This record gives sequence, C-alpha cells and structure tokens, in this order.
Amino acid sequence: MNRQPALAHRPLLQRGGEWLRANLFSSVANGVTTLLLLGLLVWLGDRLLTWAVLNAVWGNASVATCNALLGQGACWAVVADKWRQMLFGIYPQAEQWRPAAAVLIFCGMLVLTAMRRFWHLRRLLVLWLGGSLLCAWLMAGGGGLTPVPTALWGGLPITLMLAVFGTLLAFPLGVLLALGRRSSLPIIRAVSISYIELVRGVPLITVLFMASIMFALFLPEGISFDKLLRAQVAIILFNAAYIAEVVRAGLQALPRGQHEAAAALGLGYWQTQLLVILPQALRITIPAQVNSFIDNFKDTSLVIIVSIFDFLYAVRQAVISDLDWRHYFVEGYLFAMAVYWLFCYAMSHYSQWLEKHLARDHRT
Amino acid sequence: MFEQQPIRHGLAALALGITASTALAGPTLDAIKQRGTLVCGVHTGLTGFSAPDKTGKYAGIDVDYCKALAAAILGNPDKVKYVPLTAQQRFTALQSGEIDILSRNTTWNSKRDTTMGSVFPGVWFFDGQAFVINSRKNPKVKKLADLDKASVCVETGTTTERNMADYARAHKLSFKPVVFEGQEATEKAFQSGRCDAYTTDASGIAAMLVNLPSRADYTVLPEIISKEPLAPMLRRNDQEFFAIARWMIFALQQAEESGVTQANVLQMKATSKDPAVQRLTGATAEVGKGLGLDSDWAVRAIQAVGNYGESWERNIKPLGLTRGMNSLWNKGGLMYPMPLD
Amino acid sequence: MGRQVPGASLPTAMWSSEHFRNLLYQIALLVLIGTLGTYAVLNLVHNLESRAITIGFSYLAQEAGFDISEKLIDYQPTHSYGRAFAVGLLNTLFVSLLAIVAASVLGLAIGIARLSPNWLLRKLAAAYVEAVRNVPLILQLLLWYGVLTELLPPVADALRIGPAYLSQRGCAMPWPVAHPGWSAALLGLLLALVLSLLWARRARTVRDRCGRAPPVLWPAIGVCLLLPLAAWGAFGAPLEFSQPVLSGFDFEGGKIVLPEFIALLCGLSIYTAAFIAEIVRGGILAVDRGQIDAAEALGLSYGQRLRLVILPQTLRVMIPPLTSQYLNLSKNSSLAVAIGYPDLVSVSNTTLNQTGQAIEAIGLMMAVYLALSLAISGLMNWYNHRVRLVER
Repeated sequence: MNRQPALAHRPLLQRGGEWLRANLFSSVANGVTTLLLLGLLVWLGDRLLTWAVLNAVWGNASVATCNALLGQGACWAVVADKWRQMLFGIYPQAEQWRPAAAVLIFCGMLVLTAMRRFWHLRRLLVLWLGGSLLCAWLMAGGGGLTPVPTALWGGLPITLMLAVFGTLLAFPLGVLLALGRRSSLPIIRAVSISYIELVRGVPLITVLFMASIMFALFLPEGISFDKLLRAQVAIILFNAAYIAEVVRAGLQALPRGQHEAAAALGLGYWQTQLLVILPQALRITIPAQVNSFIDNFKDTSLVIIVSIFDFLYAVRQAVISDLDWRHYFVEGYLFAMAVYWLFCYAMSHYSQWLEKHLARDHRT
Repeated sequence: MFEQQPIRHGLAALALGITASTALAGPTLDAIKQRGTLVCGVHTGLTGFSAPDKTGKYAGIDVDYCKALAAAILGNPDKVKYVPLTAQQRFTALQSGEIDILSRNTTWNSKRDTTMGSVFPGVWFFDGQAFVINSRKNPKVKKLADLDKASVCVETGTTTERNMADYARAHKLSFKPVVFEGQEATEKAFQSGRCDAYTTDASGIAAMLVNLPSRADYTVLPEIISKEPLAPMLRRNDQEFFAIARWMIFALQQAEESGVTQANVLQMKATSKDPAVQRLTGATAEVGKGLGLDSDWAVRAIQAVGNYGESWERNIKPLGLTRGMNSLWNKGGLMYPMPLD
Repeated sequence: MGRQVPGASLPTAMWSSEHFRNLLYQIALLVLIGTLGTYAVLNLVHNLESRAITIGFSYLAQEAGFDISEKLIDYQPTHSYGRAFAVGLLNTLFVSLLAIVAASVLGLAIGIARLSPNWLLRKLAAAYVEAVRNVPLILQLLLWYGVLTELLPPVADALRIGPAYLSQRGCAMPWPVAHPGWSAALLGLLLALVLSLLWARRARTVRDRCGRAPPVLWPAIGVCLLLPLAAWGAFGAPLEFSQPVLSGFDFEGGKIVLPEFIALLCGLSIYTAAFIAEIVRGGILAVDRGQIDAAEALGLSYGQRLRLVILPQTLRVMIPPLTSQYLNLSKNSSLAVAIGYPDLVSVSNTTLNQTGQAIEAIGLMMAVYLALSLAISGLMNWYNHRVRLVER
C-alpha cells in the first residue's frame, strides 16, 4: 500500500514494468503460467472473435446467407429475425408494445427498489402495487386496450413476473417461517422446520410437477386455476422456504441484548419482532435477499419443463420450431444467455455494492 | 386431553360440510352452460390436429371437434377456451376438472377407460404407430427389421414407448430408446441425428414431415406396429355430456354420409326429403331434445366446422395422409356412425 | 377448562397469561393446518372416488414394458416399474456423485486461482465465475446438449481422439472386458485407500506423541498403485480391452457414454464449480492473515502455504456452504429430464404417464429427493463434526 505514492512519481513505462513483474512474472512458475494463459487466450480469443464478430452475419440477412457461412461465422440474423418472438412469444404482433412496456415498468420498479431513497414501506407498497396493476392492465388489456387472454402471454414479461412476484409474495411467508423456526413454541417451531426442510429437500421441478399435475386434485370439483397461476404459487411457496433461511441468518446475527432490551421496555412478542428485531435483521440480510432473488430469477426458467411460456421457452420455440433457422440454435441460446446474464450480473453487483455500503453504515 | 375432543369434532364437521357442499356441484354440462365457454384440452402444437397459428388461434381436426361441441351446446363455435397440454399433463388436467374435455389425439385403451376415471365417447381418428428414418443417412433401411440396434427418439407420456418395447420383444429386435419431454424436443433430437429413427403415430410423423423443408430425405417405414384409436376423453361423472360428445362424432360422420356440408346444411334442412338428413338437421326427429339440446344442435355444429370429411380435407389432407381407415364404412373405412333416430 | 372459578377477572387473567396465549396460538395453528390438510385430503378422496381413479402402490410390481437407454443394473422391459424406478434412481445418484467430485476439483482449482498472485489467472478465474453463475443451469444444459448432438459429426465420421471416438451419439471408448483381475484390482484400490486413511490417522497420533510425523503422502501413493497392480497380476493380469467398432447404426463394444450423460455431467459440474470456487475463495480469505504471514516467515512456498496452512483451516469454514452446494447439485440433476437422460424424474414421468398414478409417482419422487438431501446433509454434518473435533 505505502509503495503506491512512490510509484506514481516514476515514469509510466517503469511503473508498467514493475506492475508486470509484480503481477505476472513474480516467479518462474508464475511467468510460465502467464505465458501459457496468454497463449490460450490468444488462440481462443482469435477463434471466438472470428466466429462471433469477423465472420458473423449481422442484421436482417436471409437464411441462405447464413447457410453459406455455416460453421465459420455466427449467424446473428437469427436474433434479428426472431427477437420479437423470443422476447414476447405469441403475443399479438401489433400489440407487442404492451409487453415491452410491461418489461420496462418491471425493470423500473426493480431499479427504484434498489435505490435507498425508496426504502420505506409505504413508498415500496405504492410503487409495487401501482406498477403491478399497470403491468397487469397492459398485458391483459381492457379499458381501451384490446383484451389479450393469458394463453397468448409469453416471453420475458412472464419470466419477470414469475421472478418478481415469486419473491415479493414469498417474502411475508418467509419471514413468518423464520420467526416460527426460532419461536419457543414447540408446535410452531416444528411446523416451520418441517415446512422449510421439506421444501428445501426437493427440487423445484417436482414442486412444479405437483402444481401442474397434482394440485387440482386437492381442490373441490369445478375449481381450477390457470396453469400460469399454479406455477406462480408453486414458485412462491418454494421460495418462501429459502427466504426463511436467509431471514433466519439475520435473526441469528442479532445480539441477544436486543431481545432483552425490548423485553425490558415491556414490548410484547409482535412488538419486539416488528419494531426491534425484524427491521435490523432484514437490513443486514438485504444483500443475501438480492442473491436469493437472483437464484429465483434463474430458477423460473424451469417452468419450461411444465410448458409455461416463459422467456427461455419462447427462445427455444423460436429457434427450434422454425426449421429454416434450426442450425443457429447456438446463437439463439447465446442471446438468451446474454439477457439472463445481464439481469443477474447487474443484480449481483448491486448486491455486492450494497453489502459494502451497508457494512460502512454499520461502522459509522 | 379431552379438551381437544371438541376441536377434533368441529374439524371433522367443518371438513365434511365443505365436501358435502362440493358434492352438490353440478356436472360438467351444467358447468359449461353456466360458464358460457367450453374448456377444451388440446395439443400444444401438432399440425393438423391442433396447432396455434401466428395469431395464437388454434386450428386442426381436434380443435374442430371442440368447436362443433361449443356450437351445439352454447350456440357459438368460438366459445371455447383452449388449454394446451403436454402428453404428461393431459390426464390429470381432465381428472381434476381443469378442462371439460380432452381433445388431444389420445389413444383409447382399456387402462385409460377403466382406472383413470375417464370415458371415451367414440373414435375421432384411427391411427397407428409408425417409424420414420432419414433415408439419406441410412439408405439401406427399408423395413423395421433393418432398424435392429438403432437409437429411436420417443416422446415420453405416450403409448409409443411401450408399443416399441413390445414390438421389439415380439420380433427379437432391440431398439435404444432416447426419451424426451415434449414433441418438439423429440423431433429436434431426431432431426439433429441423435437418433436413427423417430417413432410416433403415423399422423404425427406426417405432421412433422409437412413442415420440414428437406422432407424428401425422410422415409416412413411401411410397418404400423400398433392400433391407435384416437378419441376425445371425458370425465365419467356426466352422462348427458357424454351422450352429446358421442353423438357429435356420429352426427358429423352422418352428415358426411348423407352429403350434408357446411355450405348446404341450411338448404338441406329446408328441402331434403332424406329421412336421415331430416333427423340429423332436426327437421323431424328430436335427437337434440334427447340430448338436452335444441333441435338445431347438429346444424350449428356443421355450420361451424363442416362434416367430418370436410374437417378431414381441411386439416389432415395437407399432411399428405390418405383417408384409409378413416373413410366412412361405405367407402371401405372404419367410420360407422350409429343411426340417429 | 377445568372447574369454574368465581371472579370476573378470570378470562382476562387467562388471556394475559403468556402460557395460555402460546398454547392458544399453537392450537390455532394446528387447527388451521389440520383443517387445510383434511380439506385437501377429503377433496382428493372425493375426487378420486367420483372419477373412479384407483390409488395405491401396487403398480410398482407391474411390468413396466418400456426400455431405458442407460442402466447400471440389469433391466429389461419385462421388469417391474419398481425396478425401472431403481434404475432411474441409480442413474441420478451416479451422475450426481461424479458431478460432485468433478465440481469440487474444478471449484477448488478456480477458487485458488481467484486468489493467485498471477493477475491474469486471477482475472480469468473471476471471468469464469461471473459468466457461469449468472446464467440459468437449464439453459446451459440445453446449449451443451445442442452442441453435442447437433455440432458433432454423425457416428460414421466420428472424431477420433486416441482410442476413443466422439460423435453425436456420445463418446465410445475401449473398456476392459469383465475379468476377475479387474474386480480384484478395484477391490485392491479400495483396500489401499482404507489402508492409507488408517496410516494417515496413525501418523497423526504419532506426530501428536513424538512431534514428528512419519511420511504419509508417498507411502499412500505407493500402496494405492501397488496393491491394485498386485491384485490385478495375481488374478491373471487380463489385458483384454473391448474396442468400440462402428457397426450398423452405432459403435458396438467398448463403453459408450451417451451425449445426454456428458451434457448433464459437464453442465452440472461447470455450473456448481463456479459456486464452489466462491466458497473456496471465501474460505481462504477467512483464514487469519497472521497465519499466512507466519507460514511465509517459516519460509514455506506458496504451494506449501496453501496445502499445509491455508486449506486445512479453510475446510472447516467451507463445509456448511459446500453441503448446500452438493445438495443443490443433486437436486439440479433432476433437470436431466430436459435433455433426455433417464434419471429418476424421467423414469417416474414415463411411469406416471403409462399408469396414470400421478400422486404416487410424484410423491415417491419427492420422497426420494428428500431422503437423498437428508442423507447428504447428515453425512456432511457428521464430517463437519469430525473436522471440528480435530481442532483441539
């Protein structure tokens, strides 16, 4: 650390040389590693660059153009040709500005929620209620817009919906379960533990199967839910168990003194939890909550197995159902990866930034 | 200890009360009329049977059947809500009441007719399981026996896996099954060359081939290894609805037999002296009344989708399939509508 | 509530009694769950009855009638659904186990690389982690599977890699022909591993007593090499390998690893390795800086520091998060169904479709995963406990 200022005085070249020696060639083994990696990087990078950029077909090109370059260059034309179908599924073409707007609103809500200025219960409630209703209206139509039945919904809005509501609505249940797990009441504790461990012990896929195949048998005759709604409920119930564990970690991290202080003030159980414990516990777990949201966001892609038209389903449909473009599924999947990656990467960096930020707050 | 007794009693009473009230819920037909829509389980996308077009509208011979029912029961062929289902989801969707009727190329067999709480009103399409190969890659394969030791792509949730194993055992062959979830994934694996052959109903193969630009490369092997009577499927709890579903099949076939078409049905009703036509169109006999519908029920259905032959021509013929078993009985086929009287 | 006591203040007194209130809460919860449960079960019973659906596990004894492409135990279509289920379960266990090993090795390497003194290596490892863990696993699996089955050449023009062949149909490689010699060698290896472990343990007690540990690594490697070799030799030293030969549609002979399996194994290992790498990195960073300085002062090299000082301490911090990663991996193996590998879920699905026994099939599937999860976490807890005991 204290070498840094001295370094700054020296000429750039010398500084660069020193950096190289310190970071890449500090020992013989290190030097060899560096050279090997560089070789690998150049070789791979060259091939990748040639395929993905230099030889690639960009823009609205025909299948024939791509077929001529098959195996040598990427065919991004498949994305140019199909992006609408990939993003919005079979939503009526003329109305596709609506799911697009819904996606933007969802992203907007996420960004606003990420801002600490919005961390007030009432603001968040207004934001989410308002945003969700607006999205629902945009997607479903009515009141001036052409109605679009849920059977035609698909693509990115569905993925966002499953992920966002899957976390939002699971949250209260998760908090209750976490409190239940740490409760001194044996039955409540047993029930919470059983629920959490049961759900965490099985793969999401089996829960989705249950929702998609079995669930309706447990309801009275004549009552049935939309397939999408059932999957959403399954995701909520599944997430709740994971959120509960995150919250529990926060509860455990709080010093015992907090409980004792609250008790000394004569606060009851709920008052203690709502006013003293939870605000602190939830605050320290915010980065972990963001991570669990990322997991959830990725997990929603599993609904493809119970054939719900989410983003991944729409991409797969777009690249494998059109037989002309069938060879270019790699490009299609890479596009999907890029979209998922962008969301997850942004959120994980936000979570890291938040962690540092909150840690600083704690110290001061 | 005994304090809990009343709780337990109350609990039981509560639960019983709830089930008692559900037991009174009306059967399927009442529910359909009350709702004003028919909820029809269909294939997620099988050209010719049920596939959504670019605007998301479903079309196909299985879809036509639902439309005909909606026209007869509700007076409007568009009052149908289509629920696309995978092979795996279809039975529980029906059992649980999520759909009123399953019209999704489902094979009628004894197990499904007895242990799964469902009934089949009649055959809507006679089919059989076939194999398709890529003849450019495997030019020497001419018959099924040549496929010994080959990998075969199969979709899970169908009767095909079992038929294939049965056939292999009976003919001392061995196939390596590669099983996929969903028809698209299965077809894709076959087209990519992961498997040497793909097996499903002959109509399903035709539906795949018609969409393939390189369909000349593919050959359907001559053997049909199973009987696949594809039929609509209903829950067992509603005799009235069952009767309508059954007689809808016969009515549309009778219409073909008597030459009643979408275009001429109204005119035939007014002018035809053929007693069969008169009964069908409700001019004389009260078939509709017996079914709990009005006398125009079949006329509306025919107006909506045409007779069975017309629906076939419109949906299945483009796949390149010949009528064969699905011709009327008097044209050498198996379709024999019971007399309307 | 027992006998009546005169006095109007009783209800309030009872209500304000925490004990009573707690009891009430719990009873209310029980009643709620009981009601919901009974309601669901009664609905189920009613639904099944009114639709004449038979329920029960007797279907497990019926003939399955379908074949399975990959099986670790003998299985024919004439066998029962129960056996088919066992085949699926074994496939799940097998692929999970292999993937756990592969992911651990890869994850450890990348985690260490994340903290390497080499800048380039560090950055590349970080890029790997960021690229892999931010994309859903199922998408990675689909991509892997697509690449393996679409972009590799057909069997007829299989790529030759040494004695093995790589094609759309997977990897065909030579495999030893069954012979007592091979089984003996395998047993010998197991025995050697046990002996090495025992020796390592003994070495530790010796070190605790005398301050000097007898060598462990070289004797262990020696015995692990020699014992299997000796056993192999003693039982006739078989050298016969079955070679894969292209005949008809596919390779015959040797061992053929299906592309579904390769895709699943690669996908699971690569994905989980990214998470394990982060755990390893966190574990290493959690080691007290003073320990590393002390090791440096003793003149230990980077490798020695890592092996002797850092990693042993890291292990303790890492076990709980590692457990959950292993659990995730075994649960994620259920995604096999998306790419056609006959795992537990896939076989259960086929069974479900043929028999219509949805509740039983899904219930059984969930029960098995639950048991698997409990077993893994139990095992890791036990190990965690042991590691902890060693620490003074």
